[in-house]
Amino acid sequence: MTPNEQTSETLTDAINWHLAARVEDFPENGGACVYVEGKQIAVFNFSARNEWYACQNMCPHKQQMILSRGMIGSQAEEPKVACPFHKKTFSLSTGKSLNGDTCDIDTYPIRVDEGVVYIGLS
Amino acid sequence: MINVLVIGNGMVGYKFCEKLVNKAPKAFKITVFGEEPSPAYDRVHLSEYFAHKSVEPLLMAPRQWYEENSIDLVTSEMVVSINREAKSITTHKGRTFSYDKLVLATGSTPFVPPIEGSNKSGVFVYRTVEDLDAMETYSKNAKTSAVLGGGLLGLEAAKAAMDMGLEAHVIEFAPRLMPRQLDEAGSNMLQATLESMGLHIHLSKSTASIDGDEAMTSMTFTDGATLEAEMLIISCGIRPRDELANESGLEKGERGGIKINESALTNDSDIYAVGEVASYKGMTYGLVAPGYDMATVVVEHLTGADTKGFTGADMSTKLKLIGVDVASFGDALDEGKQYKSIVFEDKNAGIYKRVNISKDGKKLMGGILVGDASNYNMLFQMMLNGMALPPHPEDLVMDTSRQGTPAGNTVDMLPDSAQICSCENVTKGALVQAIEGDGIEQFAALKTCTKAGTGCSACSPMVNDILTATLKNMGKKVRKVLCEHFDYTRQELFDLVKINNIHSFNELISDYGKGYGCETCKPAVASILASAWNGLILKQDTIQDTNDRFLANIQKGGTYSVIPRIAGGEITPEKLIVIGEVAKKYDLYAKITGGQRIDLLGARIDQLPDIWEELINAGFESGHAYGKALRTVKSCVGSAWCRYGLHDSVSFAIRVEERYKGLRAPHKIKSAVSGCRRECAEALSKDFGIIATEKGWNLYVGGNGGANPQHAVLLAGDIDEETCIAYIDRFLMFYIKTAEPLNRTATWMNKLEGGLDYLKQVVVEDSLGMGKQLEAEMQLLVEAYACEWKEVVNNPALRARFKHFVNSPETDPSLKFDKQRTQKVPAGW
Repeated sequence: MTPNEQTSETLTDAINWHLAARVEDFPENGGACVYVEGKQIAVFNFSARNEWYACQNMCPHKQQMILSRGMIGSQAEEPKVACPFHKKTFSLSTGKSLNGDTCDIDTYPIRVDEGVVYIGLS
Repeated sequence: MINVLVIGNGMVGYKFCEKLVNKAPKAFKITVFGEEPSPAYDRVHLSEYFAHKSVEPLLMAPRQWYEENSIDLVTSEMVVSINREAKSITTHKGRTFSYDKLVLATGSTPFVPPIEGSNKSGVFVYRTVEDLDAMETYSKNAKTSAVLGGGLLGLEAAKAAMDMGLEAHVIEFAPRLMPRQLDEAGSNMLQATLESMGLHIHLSKSTASIDGDEAMTSMTFTDGATLEAEMLIISCGIRPRDELANESGLEKGERGGIKINESALTNDSDIYAVGEVASYKGMTYGLVAPGYDMATVVVEHLTGADTKGFTGADMSTKLKLIGVDVASFGDALDEGKQYKSIVFEDKNAGIYKRVNISKDGKKLMGGILVGDASNYNMLFQMMLNGMALPPHPEDLVMDTSRQGTPAGNTVDMLPDSAQICSCENVTKGALVQAIEGDGIEQFAALKTCTKAGTGCSACSPMVNDILTATLKNMGKKVRKVLCEHFDYTRQELFDLVKINNIHSFNELISDYGKGYGCETCKPAVASILASAWNGLILKQDTIQDTNDRFLANIQKGGTYSVIPRIAGGEITPEKLIVIGEVAKKYDLYAKITGGQRIDLLGARIDQLPDIWEELINAGFESGHAYGKALRTVKSCVGSAWCRYGLHDSVSFAIRVEERYKGLRAPHKIKSAVSGCRRECAEALSKDFGIIATEKGWNLYVGGNGGANPQHAVLLAGDIDEETCIAYIDRFLMFYIKTAEPLNRTATWMNKLEGGLDYLKQVVVEDSLGMGKQLEAEMQLLVEAYACEWKEVVNNPALRARFKHFVNSPETDPSLKFDKQRTQKVPAGW
C-alpha cells in the first residue's frame, strides 16, 4: 500500500483494479509500459522512495507514446518524470506539467500485492 | 534590326551577348566569331579541365543557348580584317560580313619572351583547352615540368602540371610570387604553403636558354644554374590581340591594346572594344571583372540606357590557388609608402594578413590575405565605403576568438540582439532582462520563464553561460553546480568519483547529494561514471538518457535508429550487403550519415536486439551514435589511392577510431584524418582533427560544426603517429575531467582560462606534470572497452528490456508510417 493509492481511494469510490505485471518486470527507479483495457499506461517503480506511480504513457507535448521510457526524479519533494523527447517534466503524484507549457497528464492509482502490480481504473 | 558583329567568343564576348539579349531581346541581330573550335568557356577555371576531361562543364553556355537566342555562332573561323568604310569584316576563309555595330572582344595572347630555345618541343603556353590537350599528350612521356612565371596564371598552370602527375617547378623573375598582388611576407607564406604541397619554387631567376636537341631537356639561368625539365609552360603575362587595329587605323593605347573611351568606343563610333584587348587611359585589364563591366557599358550604350560608363576598375581579387586562399585589395602593396600597415602572421597555420590604413588611422586603404581570406568581403566593403575602422584596427587581422579569452567572455561579446534560442526566438537581451529584471538565478527557472532551450535544447549550454556571465556581471558569486541535487560542479564530482572509487549513482547521491536526482544530474553522473570506469552502462540503465538506455537514437514516433561502427568509413562489399539485407528484412529507412556511416531508421524497440544480433554475427560493433561518446573518425582515401596523399589517412583513422571507440565524454566527440592539406576529410571541423604533412601529422583541436561552427586550431605540428596518439590521449582526458556537462570541446576551449596557450602547455609541454597520468587513465578506458550491443545480444535478461509493453507481446499500436521516395518515414507529429 502506498500513500498515493490511499489518496486516490479517498477521491474515487468505484475503482476497478487491473493486474498490470509483476514487480520484477519494472526496473528499479525507472518505468515500463503496460497495456491495460486498451490503454497504454506508464508505471514507475520509484524504489529510492519506496513508491509506485502510474500515469498516461502519452506525452501531451507531441502526442507520443513514450513517458514510460522517461527518467524519474524529484523537484524539491515532488516526484516527477521527464519525457525522453524534449525533457518536458510532469508531477507523478498530481500529473501537473512542471514546465507549465504543456497540458497536464492523467495519473492512476496503483498498488502492489504479493509481488504483483495493480492499476486502478474508474 | 541592328546588325551587331562580335569578334571573339571568350568569356567577355559571351557575356556581352548574354547581357544584350537579356536587355533587348530580338532588337539586335547578333553574329559571333570565335577562332577556337569550342564555344566560350570559363578560362579562369581552366585547370579544372583535367578533372572533367571535357570542356562541357566549363562552357559559359552550350551551343544550343546561342541557337535559342537567335545568335549566329561561327567557330573555328578567324577574322583577319576590318573594312571600316564598307562596314564589313573578312574572315580567314575569305567570307565577308557587314555590320552596323562591331564589338572587338579578341582578348589576348600569352606573351612569350625572346628566350633562346623557346621553339623547341616541350614548350607550351597556357591559355586554351587545345594548349591543355597538347600538354597532356606530351606529359605522358615526361616526369618533370617547369612554369615560367609565378603570377596568378603561372600558379594555376603549375597546378595543372601537378594534376598531370608531373614534378612542377615555378620560376619567377621577381623576388616574390604574384608580384602584383603580394608583398614579400605574403609571398613567403604562400611559398611555404605551396612547397608543403610539393611545388618547387625558384625566385629571382632569369632564364637564359631552353636547352636540348629537338625537345627540351633542361633550362639554364643567367646565374649559371640549370634545372632539368622536360616540359615548360610559359606564363609571363599577356599581350592584347590588337592586330586588327593596325591596318584598319583604330587608335591604340601607349602600351598596346585598342584605345577606348568611357563608353568603350574606339575612335570609330560604330566600333567598340571590350575585355583584355581594350586599353582605357593606357591600362589594359587582364581580369575578367573589368571586362564584364565594359560589356555592360556597351550594352547600355547600344540600347540607349543610362550608364555610369567605364572609368577604370579595381584590381582587387580573391581566389583559391591550389587550395590556398589568396586575396589582395585596394592599394595592397603601398609602394608609395603613404600608409601605416598592420600585419598578422601565423606560420603554423600558413596565414598572413596585412591591412594598410591611412596615416590618420581612420580609413582602410588596402590589404593582403594569404591562407585565410574569410573576412575579405568585410574588409573590401569597409575600404570601398570608407567605413570607420574599429577602435583597435588590429582586430581586422587578428583572430581574437580564441587566444587567452577569459572565462565567460565569449557570451559577453554577443550583442543583446543575438538570437540564442532559434526554436523559441529568444535573444540574449531577453535572457539578460529575465535575470536582471526578474531576479532569476536558476537555470531551470530561466528556461521556464523565457522558453529558451525548451525546443531542441541545443542552446541550453549557452543559455546557462549567459546566466552565469550575467550573474557574475551583477556581482553575484556563481558556481556551476550540477542541479538542486548536487552542490558540486561536474569537475568536482568527477574527482569525488575517482578518489572515492564510486561506481553507482545511488552511492554518489547518498554520499554527496540530496533528494532523488533528476533528468539533469542522472545523465551527467552516468557520463562521469562511464568516463571514469568505462563499465557497462546498462548496469544502471534508468539513469541514462533514453538513447543510452536503449543503445539507439530515439526518433519521431518512438522508433530508434541503428548505426553500426564503420571505422574510418572503410567497409567491405560483404558487410555492405549485410547492412542492406538487414535493412530490407526489418523494413528500415536507410541513409548515409555525415560521418561516413550508414543509418538504419525506424526500428521498433523490440526489433533492436534481433537487428544487432545479425549485425554482430557479421562482425559489426556498436557505433555509439546514441552516446555522448566518440562517434566517427572520418577519413579521405589517403596515400593508398590518392595521387596527392602524403600518408595513409584511412589506416590512421581506423587506428584512432579503434582506440577511442566507446569513450564517453561530457558531449559527443567527432574526429577526422586527412591525407594532405586539401583536407577532404574536413578535419578542421572536428573536436580533434589530424592532417598529414610532409614530415608527419598536424593535430588540430576544438573544431565544431553544427549551430556554432568553429575551426579547430593547431595543437602540435609535424608530429609522428605515436606522439599524436599521446597528445590526443592527454587532450581528451583533460577535456573529460574538466568540462561542464554537455559542453563540446570547442565550447570548453572557448571558456578555458588561458585558452589555447594554456592547453598547449598542459598537453604538449606537460606543464602540470600530468601527461603520463592522463595517458594511463586513457589506456585503462581503452582496455575496458566492450561492445555494449554484444553484451545485450548475449544476455537474455538485458534483451528482455527491449519491448514496448511488459505485460504483452504486442507492439505499440500507435506507430504510424508514411512513404517517401519509396522508403518508410514516421507520420508527422
